Amino acid sequence: MDLLAEWARSLYETTGINLSYIYDPWDRARFLSGLWMTIYLSVVGVIFSLIIGAVGAWAQSSPLAPVRWLVNAFVTFFRNTPPLVQILFFYFGLSPLLPRVEDPDGMMQPLLSSVQWAIIALSLFAGAFNIEIFRSGIEAVPNSTKEAGEALGYTRLGVYRHIVLPLALRVCLPALNNNLVNLLKVTSLAYAIAVPELLYVCKQIWTDRQNVPEMMITLLVVYVLLVGVLVWGMHRWERALAIPGYGQGGVR
Amino acid sequence: MKAPIGAPAAAPWTPDQPIVSIRSVRKSFGALEVLKDVSFDVRKGEVVCIIGPSGSGKSTLIRCINALVPIDQGSILVENQEVNDPALDKLMLRRKVGMVFQQYNLFPHKTALQNVMMAPIQVLKQNKAEVEERARSLLAKVRLTGKENSYPGELSGGQQQRVAIARSLAMRPDIMLFDEVTAALDPETVKEVLVTIRELAEEGMTCILVTHEMKFAREIADHIYFTDRGVIVEHGPPEEFFANAKDERTRAFLGQIL
Repeated sequence: MDLLAEWARSLYETTGINLSYIYDPWDRARFLSGLWMTIYLSVVGVIFSLIIGAVGAWAQSSPLAPVRWLVNAFVTFFRNTPPLVQILFFYFGLSPLLPRVEDPDGMMQPLLSSVQWAIIALSLFAGAFNIEIFRSGIEAVPNSTKEAGEALGYTRLGVYRHIVLPLALRVCLPALNNNLVNLLKVTSLAYAIAVPELLYVCKQIWTDRQNVPEMMITLLVVYVLLVGVLVWGMHRWERALAIPGYGQGGVR
Repeated sequence: MKAPIGAPAAAPWTPDQPIVSIRSVRKSFGALEVLKDVSFDVRKGEVVCIIGPSGSGKSTLIRCINALVPIDQGSILVENQEVNDPALDKLMLRRKVGMVFQQYNLFPHKTALQNVMMAPIQVLKQNKAEVEERARSLLAKVRLTGKENSYPGELSGGQQQRVAIARSLAMRPDIMLFDEVTAALDPETVKEVLVTIRELAEEGMTCILVTHEMKFAREIADHIYFTDRGVIVEHGPPEEFFANAKDERTRAFLGQIL
């Protein structure tokens, strides 16, 4: 680490290329906490959006029409509005309407922090797409397969959980993959409500150090790597779920 | 007429009563009336074959027995329990009535063994080790030893259909429904499935089959029902039924098939 810092410092002194987040402990701490925040937003967002997708897709096949309308309205709202507007709406539009709570120092604080609002907004945004993606997978499961489950005594929920969802997941993984990649990238929009994620801290650093090109390139490279890891993981998952003789899992 | 909700519990079933009793059942899909006043009884251990031209309502009839298709009018009693009752405990019914489908309908993401084990574990919450033992012996019974870890996509149609039979048997049903189970199979694999069904029948399992295999029906059935356009046109023991069918439609149908 010291060697790397030494190299970055000499790089700056000899060429003027300023990678301050490598040699400067303060910048390094900021940078790493931003990186961590981006990963945190992504992981939590992926988990919540998957839950929203699975529950929403199930509710969408409900025999109760009002439930289906509600899900459709939700999907339409979040799909047809820009994610940046959604984040601003939640933070500046919705948050002030909620009660404030007292923190240990006696200060009145908003009920939810900007990080929590970012997670809510991102999860709902990606979740709305996941509902549509899961639905396409669910529709690919033949009725006869569900019927076989029913005939074995499964309830509607049991059929969904044990039979439909595992099959639907395999059908919709490629589309899901794209949406989760997108989710990771739109975490940068949390910048707008001052969530100290990667873009936000990089901007802080380049404001202090006047090293905009270096930080920009760093930012892009880090996102390429993060998405690369996510895609790699998704592909491994796809392969692990592949079934011989089913779908793309092999030749019949 | 629908059974009233909260009707008093039916008298317990005794083996001298019909195990399945179908009375004046009517069913329409939109304007199309598929079943028009169908009635018959099945006794325990009996093997009943339902034959008839396509679209005569055979499959719908068999699906009504385990409530996959709700009926519009009439009554279906399975071990004295009214199937056409909104308060019916479907799980209770489906434990008693196993069903095998034309397209096998195995769960493609599970191996043969897992397909057989799933419902007893997930629905009946039975002990996993016991279920596995039973599942293995059921697969052996349908002559699929060695195929336990194959996925449905790796099995032939006949093998898949035998897994499907084992899967139904794992629930320990009292009655088995077979809905044209050989219709989607290659001629050479039909036999292996029929052999399995015959063994089941010989063990005393109550079987209701919808089939186009006339020769098989003649050999295995205790009673044959011929349906056409939603009604039972003619029925009787196989010898009688095939030898001297009285109704013109039956004769025309048998003339085309045999």
